[in-house]
Amino acid sequence: MTSVSSSGEFHHQHHFKSAEHQYASSKQGIWLFLCTEILMFGGLFVGYLIYHSLYPTVFKNGSETLDWKMGAVNTIVLLVSSFTMAAAINYVQRGLHKIAAIMLVITIACAGAFMVIKYFEYSHKFHVGTVPGKFSLVDPSCGAGGKRADCESKISALLKNPAELEKNHVSAEEVSRLKAVISQPKWEMFYGFYFVMTGLHGVHVVAGALLIFWVFIKTLNRKVGPEYYTPVEGVGLFWHVVDLVWIYLFPLLYLVG
Amino acid sequence: MSSAHTKTEHGHTDHNYLNHGSGIWSWMTTLDHKRIGLMYFATVATLFLIGGFFALGIRLHLAKFGAEPLLDPDTYNKFMTFHGAIMVFMVIIPGIPAFLGNFVLPIQLGAKDVAFPRLNLASYYVFIAGALIAASSMVFNQVDTGWTFYTPYSTSKTSNGVILLVLGAFTMGFSSILTGLNFIVTTHKLRAPGMTMDRIPLMIWALYSTSIIQILATPILAITLLLIGAEKTLGVGIFDPDLGGDPVLFQHFFWFYSHPAVYIMILPAMGVISELITAFSKKTIFGYRAIAYSSVAIAAVSFLVWGHHMFVSGQSTLAGILFSLITMFVGVPTAIKLFNWISTMYRGTVTFDAPMLFALGFMFLFTIGGLTGVFLASTGMDVHFHDTYFVVAHFHYVMVGGTLMALMGGIFYWFPKMFGKMTSDLGGRISWVLIFTGFNVTFFPQFVLGAMGMPRRYFDYLPEYTNLNQISTIGSWLIGLGFLVGLITIIHGILKGEKASDNPWGAKTLEWQTSSPPPHENFTTTPTVTAGPYDFR
Repeated sequence: MTSVSSSGEFHHQHHFKSAEHQYASSKQGIWLFLCTEILMFGGLFVGYLIYHSLYPTVFKNGSETLDWKMGAVNTIVLLVSSFTMAAAINYVQRGLHKIAAIMLVITIACAGAFMVIKYFEYSHKFHVGTVPGKFSLVDPSCGAGGKRADCESKISALLKNPAELEKNHVSAEEVSRLKAVISQPKWEMFYGFYFVMTGLHGVHVVAGALLIFWVFIKTLNRKVGPEYYTPVEGVGLFWHVVDLVWIYLFPLLYLVG
Repeated sequence: MSSAHTKTEHGHTDHNYLNHGSGIWSWMTTLDHKRIGLMYFATVATLFLIGGFFALGIRLHLAKFGAEPLLDPDTYNKFMTFHGAIMVFMVIIPGIPAFLGNFVLPIQLGAKDVAFPRLNLASYYVFIAGALIAASSMVFNQVDTGWTFYTPYSTSKTSNGVILLVLGAFTMGFSSILTGLNFIVTTHKLRAPGMTMDRIPLMIWALYSTSIIQILATPILAITLLLIGAEKTLGVGIFDPDLGGDPVLFQHFFWFYSHPAVYIMILPAMGVISELITAFSKKTIFGYRAIAYSSVAIAAVSFLVWGHHMFVSGQSTLAGILFSLITMFVGVPTAIKLFNWISTMYRGTVTFDAPMLFALGFMFLFTIGGLTGVFLASTGMDVHFHDTYFVVAHFHYVMVGGTLMALMGGIFYWFPKMFGKMTSDLGGRISWVLIFTGFNVTFFPQFVLGAMGMPRRYFDYLPEYTNLNQISTIGSWLIGLGFLVGLITIIHGILKGEKASDNPWGAKTLEWQTSSPPPHENFTTTPTVTAGPYDFR
């Protein structure tokens, strides 16, 4: 129904007065949806705020075990992707389909790079054992009995074994940081928030990449152009929100602690 | 509505939205808001019957007529949970907005459809998916937490079925958000020429306020339910005291959604009542602006009152006092509506057709529900009434007596427009008498039980509560019978009803200016609006 015909003429949907009318309506809808996204993350931010004030040391020590360099690289990756996304919208509006498609590909690549970096961060934590809740226990037999206190945590077991440490790329400096973390009661709380917040954000990154791929196909097929670019702009706004959420997550988790 | 050009060409009334396409596939893939509304109707009615089955089971068990208890404690808890979850998430929340709202909102605005028809259909299927996911917990792993999923029981003690149920509720929440979003954009962008914001019918004001709540509150429920899921699967510890989490935080999150959700249920009901009262009093509504703005006021205040669910959770006294005050403040816009409805009826030409009876039933029951709400809003009294049958009676008076009365009234009112046929008025009235009587017989004794101290959700009770419980159970059968009569009346109306005229009630809003049933695009020519929505005389 909404497409650009070969002559470049755009037909708006039957229940709208004009293309501008349809565009304004779609844009309002997209903004309302983005409000709900921000509110959903808002719940997590409120939780973070509360527990940070309850257990400041846990959050400080926990944040020191995160690799801020990886986080910073990821921030830059997302900022670049936001720029290329904005550029893509601009090129589509001007009818420069080829360069717009290139920009969209770069954006998708950035999303991929972000997830790859995240993969390295996550897998390191899985090795060390700084994972949330019940998986942070030593051996499964401990977890089954539910007697956490009687068991040594996986980390402290790991810290006793230098050979294991080397295999998992843990430096002496990190060992001291990890020791500081597990010396605190309720240290799992920080990783609970870390994984829920970054996990939910990661899901949004993947969803955003898929959406960008969808408008990329539309761009290649000339379904969007100067007369009709609502999907590109809508997906772009979504992508900026995904970026924006990370802009808050990065300092809160990696830097402030 | 005195709108200038709303000719309905009677030569073409044989062509309408019902026969615009034929076959089941044309319904499954329809983008027509009217058809989607009817699809919600069928779905919600089915779910209502399932929820009602659990309700009758609970009541039958509590009557203790036989020597043996009907249900074992475990099954009883599951019945209670599924009754609550189905009725709240799948019946009362989507009932009026997604079904009646979808049907009338675009027509009342003079629009051809909602702003995003494909999104509208998608949100229907998202709803179905959510309902199926939630229902699968009945098959795989039943849940016994109650519909509120309170932690730490839901996260650390009970079965993993909770994950399915919360995932289903999460999915249905997504559907709710999409519907709300659609309504807001439609109201802003698709009004007919001359339809200014102070000329939109009060039903639209109610749906608009509801949509604002849906958009602002549902995301919080989403994240809360996701956290329960994460808690169950990963043990993230945010609600688990063993790991340093706080179960009361869950209550804050949950009620930050679920209290506004109460107004998602009741605001559209109030919109329906505004339409019914003015139509059956043959009189312009009294205090249009007051009713319209009070809807928005209720929506705004609804976000500030969640703490009244937590007076006994150990929150500070100051917080308790503030939440108590703000909660009582909700009474103001509610009373504004009620007094304006009464003023509308005053010196009106009131006729007591079935829809009007339901509207009056609403006013009666909702007043009782609202006034007992003031009891519960008072911190001191709430300590006594907390988690007793007083609360159960209160919210059933508000949610069932309010929302379901309005829903039934709305169905009988808009039925001629939906199907082009009339329902039997006698059937509607019998249904009303049974539901209204049965309702009071069921839930009024529960106020007394609650005041006597019978706790809610319990499987068993002390002998002195027996009589009132048995009366309550008899009432529940009357309600069940009433809805059965209502259902038969509706089905009879669809199959054998008399042909309806375009405006059988002599109402003024735009939907009555088009043919019954309306054509595929609602109007043959877009209407131009020149005056307010209820210009009688």
